[in-house]
Amino acid sequence: MDKMKKNKTFMYLFIASEAFFFLGLIISYVYYSHPGGKLSSSAQYLDVLKTSIFTVLLLSSSVTIAFAGSQLKHGNKKAMRWWLFATLLLGAIFLIGQGTEYARLMSVDLTISKNVFGSAFFTLTGFHGLHVIMGLITISIITGLLFSEKFQSVDRVMLESVSIYWHFVDAVWIVVFSVVYLGAIL
Amino acid sequence: MNLRIPVPEATEPLPSIRTTNGFLQWISSVDHKQIGIMYLWSGLMFLVVGIIEALLMRIQLGTPQNTFLSPEAYNQIFTMHGTTMIFLVLTPVLVGFSTYFLPLMIGANDMAYPRLNAFSFWMFLFGGLLLYFSFFAGGAPNVGWFSYAPLSEKVYSFSPGINYWALSILLMGIGTIGAALNFIVTTLSLRAPGLSLTKLPLFVWMVFVNAFLILAAFPVLNAGVVMLLADRLLQANFFTTSTGGSAVMWQHLFWTFGHPEVYILILPAFGVISEVIPVYSRKPIFGYEFVAASSVAITLLSFGVWAHHMFAVGLGTTFNSFFAATSMLIAIPTGIKVFNWLATMWGGSIRLTTSMLFAIAFLIDFTIGGLSGVGFAIVPVDWRLTDSYFVVAHIHYVFIGGSLTALMAGVYYWFPKITGRKLSEKIGKLHFWLFFIGFNCTFFVFHFLGLLGMPRRVFTYPDLPYWGSLNLFSTISAFVFAFSFLVLIYNIVYSLRKEKSAGDNPWDGWTLEWLTTSPPQLQNFQTVPFVRSRRPVWDLNHPENPDWKREEED
Repeated sequence: MDKMKKNKTFMYLFIASEAFFFLGLIISYVYYSHPGGKLSSSAQYLDVLKTSIFTVLLLSSSVTIAFAGSQLKHGNKKAMRWWLFATLLLGAIFLIGQGTEYARLMSVDLTISKNVFGSAFFTLTGFHGLHVIMGLITISIITGLLFSEKFQSVDRVMLESVSIYWHFVDAVWIVVFSVVYLGAIL
Repeated sequence: MNLRIPVPEATEPLPSIRTTNGFLQWISSVDHKQIGIMYLWSGLMFLVVGIIEALLMRIQLGTPQNTFLSPEAYNQIFTMHGTTMIFLVLTPVLVGFSTYFLPLMIGANDMAYPRLNAFSFWMFLFGGLLLYFSFFAGGAPNVGWFSYAPLSEKVYSFSPGINYWALSILLMGIGTIGAALNFIVTTLSLRAPGLSLTKLPLFVWMVFVNAFLILAAFPVLNAGVVMLLADRLLQANFFTTSTGGSAVMWQHLFWTFGHPEVYILILPAFGVISEVIPVYSRKPIFGYEFVAASSVAITLLSFGVWAHHMFAVGLGTTFNSFFAATSMLIAIPTGIKVFNWLATMWGGSIRLTTSMLFAIAFLIDFTIGGLSGVGFAIVPVDWRLTDSYFVVAHIHYVFIGGSLTALMAGVYYWFPKITGRKLSEKIGKLHFWLFFIGFNCTFFVFHFLGLLGMPRRVFTYPDLPYWGSLNLFSTISAFVFAFSFLVLIYNIVYSLRKEKSAGDNPWDGWTLEWLTTSPPQLQNFQTVPFVRSRRPVWDLNHPENPDWKREEED
């Protein structure tokens, strides 16, 4: 088994275990957002439109990191650097969007301790946000390595493994967005 | 072709903190053998602590209306005892054996990710130390090893003990997941040439399958634990019933992890037994495919049985019937294995070494624990016996009679490989009989106490007929049982000082770990042979009658 296949296997297994973690949180959210079988009235405070825009931005970061990978294949480091920057930027914008959403919800007194809906909402989206932060940290490490003299060759294995993780973070968000935000208006 | 590989003599002395760089070399080590040994030592250290806690409880329960321990101290001690034995003894010792032997048994020189391996170990150790730090930080957790809500909530348990419990479970969970990832990738990527997955030693196979179970079960516990922490530290409302939360949700999350966890602790033990019994019966395992496939069945089924811990919650007849059926179903693949082991022994030339004695004791005691487990799958029986001492008897029969007894078989079997010295058989036999008699006398009476109606987790009890005498008998036996561990520790210390080397393959074993030196060098193997059968070392030692030739003829 070559290094690429080995690390990819590792990454797939790792995100599989992460998926079980999110599964626990998502099932809990579905349960807690429907106290008494009806959707909690707190769900009306969610800003579905604004969050959909940030969702599109986060999902496009999956595309930009894929472009970075194909530039690496062609040996075009400069372009690769730009695509990684774009990925970092899109991820950061998503986090800012999440931050503003949190601030607005807290201003209408919807907090983690307000009710079960608040507890489940902030725990689920908060842990997704933490995973975005982890992804941004690893991607910035790779970007940093591209600038260093020693690591002129960021190898494909490294980028490929991080990409798998990043796609996973986006995929989880698709589920979270559908369950939390689309679930609030449907 | 000459398959015989010259085995180099050991040049390095025994691994010890006195060698070259001493302590520093150990804490900075990424070598799977050193990390494995550290797992085993830490497990033994926590085992001693857990035994002391158990003895304190047994002293308190020795006579009715005893006042040796206060109720509060008793609650803390039984919580710490359960958590310690499950998360700080059985888990690390099983992971330690896997870390040490998985690479050796597949002909690899280390794990796929040595640094992740070290990370997993230190996460476990510091998680454990964090749990014990709670004693100095305002009181240990006191709500039992499964921390049922809403008792575990801040309103009812104000001391920070449960925060420490939750944080340490989280850390140890992360460490265990790291170890599981490592086991899978190592097994997939570093096998010796020719060693296909269908030729894996059964211990490796069990650890491999078990790792998938860990990957699916521990994250669910972590999700529950972060919700509990959110409740306790951020005033969230997940499990607080007074503000709309659901205490039953905690039970679901906990047992979705908790029941696979019992299989996580028994599958590697099955692996040890599947190595030990064939070697001491001088016969290849009977029905390799069935042993391997039934563990996959256990893995899948174990995710559909959790609610048999919750029959008394009142979830409805349909719900209860479903989980009763799945719980009975899962006994089948386990039963298959017991028959495989018995059939392996049948007609073999059995060598009754200490290790084999423990393996046979495993078959007896684990079957008793398994049978009481099937009993609990019957809902009315469970209603009658849940939260009684019958449950305490059951859990100790599967964890001690099952996992720990198998681990003891593993200790005696693999000690010569790890240290180059055999454990004394004479002291070992004494250890075995004290262990076997002490264990059964301590815990078998719990069945009767449970049937008489004694509830678990009570710090004392009234002087009802038979209660006092049965409890006193159990307490005295517990001291015999505890003494057997002193004999084990004495045996380890005594045998480590022995001059006489055990040789590279003292038991005439068949798997690849016996091919290298005892103890193995930093680099396990200079060369590994091409593996043609499930018993590569047998093939090398018997070029006139190798397994692969017979298999070709079949």
